[in-house]
Amino acid sequence: MTNKSTKIISYAFLIVVSLLSIFPLVWMIIAATNKSVDVVAGKLTFGGQLLENYRNLMASQDVWRFFWNSAKYAVITTILSLLVCSLAGYAFEIYRDKVKDVIFVIILMTMMLPFVALMVPLFQMFSSMNLLNSTLGFLLPSISTPFLIMMFRTAAKSFPEEIIEAARIDGLSELGIFFRMFMPTMKSTYAAAMTITFMNAWNNYLWPKVIMTKSASQTMPMMISSLTSGYTTDYGMLMLAVLITTLPTAIVFFILQKNFAEGITGAVK
Amino acid sequence: MNTKKKMGMLQRRKMVGWFFLIPGVALILALSFYPAIRALITSFKTGTGVNMTWCGLSNYIRIFQDKVFLQSIKNCFFYLIIQVPVMLIMGMVLATLLNNPKLRCKGLFRTAIFLPCATSLVAYAIIFRSLFATDGFINMLLVKIGILENGYNFLAHPTSAKIVIIIALIWRWTGYNMVFYLAGLQNIEYSVYEAAKIDGANPFQIFFKITVPLLKPTILMTAIMSTNGTLQLFDESVNLTQGGPANASITMSHYIFNKAFQGVPNFGYTSAMSFIILIMVAVLALVQMKVGEQRD
Repeated sequence: MTNKSTKIISYAFLIVVSLLSIFPLVWMIIAATNKSVDVVAGKLTFGGQLLENYRNLMASQDVWRFFWNSAKYAVITTILSLLVCSLAGYAFEIYRDKVKDVIFVIILMTMMLPFVALMVPLFQMFSSMNLLNSTLGFLLPSISTPFLIMMFRTAAKSFPEEIIEAARIDGLSELGIFFRMFMPTMKSTYAAAMTITFMNAWNNYLWPKVIMTKSASQTMPMMISSLTSGYTTDYGMLMLAVLITTLPTAIVFFILQKNFAEGITGAVK
Repeated sequence: MNTKKKMGMLQRRKMVGWFFLIPGVALILALSFYPAIRALITSFKTGTGVNMTWCGLSNYIRIFQDKVFLQSIKNCFFYLIIQVPVMLIMGMVLATLLNNPKLRCKGLFRTAIFLPCATSLVAYAIIFRSLFATDGFINMLLVKIGILENGYNFLAHPTSAKIVIIIALIWRWTGYNMVFYLAGLQNIEYSVYEAAKIDGANPFQIFFKITVPLLKPTILMTAIMSTNGTLQLFDESVNLTQGGPANASITMSHYIFNKAFQGVPNFGYTSAMSFIILIMVAVLALVQMKVGEQRD
């Protein structure tokens, strides 16, 4: 193979894969602006039906309540999760000793536990503690995750010992070192962790399906899932609902995309 | 005196370390470790609510007679065997192409391929369900091109329903894995590739002799993550195919959820089934780690 043909094949392959990656999303956006019949007919241009679809959607579902629920759950989970997991990951590395290393291995092992195994006991525990349909009930199981703790521990490995020593001599407390030295230097790790946690929390479907028994506390993914259960599907309205569900994660993704790659790089090293 | 003071300070620091750890560790112990043990105990019991009695291994024996659960195991392994290798190899190939410093529009390609990760799992399942519906876009396209005469109900046939799930999974996760490989490739000097090219190696040789061996730790990590994820598939089975037709595409988690929360709950049996998933995840992770070590 000559150099030139390799080049053409690589570009062709990348272009095809990129188009296939984008197409379903573009189709979703276009469908949200069209009438259901036009979507079915395969219309691939923007239509003027967006407002009408929006009105129909609002008439059939209390969308903004579910949106608010999802946003509330996801934002609180992300803040608490980042704080708890970064503190733990930092401590596992900086104050390392044999006992902590053993605990770390045990924690990593819990990564293998399938969520369906925990689902039933968690449901029983939470219903006896009156946590069904509550924000706390949603977020408690997702605050501390082995994956994030591991990610922050790996990041802490590259945090120079000298900075800690110098800060101690300057009289900074241990907690002060964490907040004023570690956090600002690890911005990209935090950005990556934030992207992952926010997306997981926003997209979480199985756990809210288990504990959100009242419709008032349900989430966006649960709502769009229920929209497909009818006999006929209004594709325009459905895709608008899917689009509204996708927007927050897409925005977080675009803002933090660059940092995400950097943060992952740190975690993989 | 001075050493005593220093010892005191080290002791204090150790304590501080423990305080930093406690919230995270306590949450995992209380909300993963403890429920897992409870589930393990429940898996040897039968009955409902507070009236549960010991029943030995009968829940585990029942699994081997439960045709739907056996079907769901088969389905998950079908997804695993086809989807994971295709996705990981594509992710690696794309990462290798994007790692070329001479490539133009790199950021554009990377963003486009990574973009599917920005969608929620339920959302993309519904998009694919609509695209592959009998009156959906894919059918319309196939009819227009002339491959099909009438719309084909992809989701109503056992094999095509499973293939649609695989296509959807590959679409959603290839870019995600690619990012890990791109990160891994940053640790490899590009001059290694230049040298190989000068020595006359072709792209395939470079890929298999240089890229794959050097990416081994990343490949191992992504393989374990994807295996774990595939064995626990839930959202796609529920929202894309609803497990159908006649449980032909149902996943283990989907079936366990139905058994636990629809109809008469049997927590003993569902716990036993979920431990079968745990055993599979653990065994496959071990096998992958062993295979990963051997290639050295």
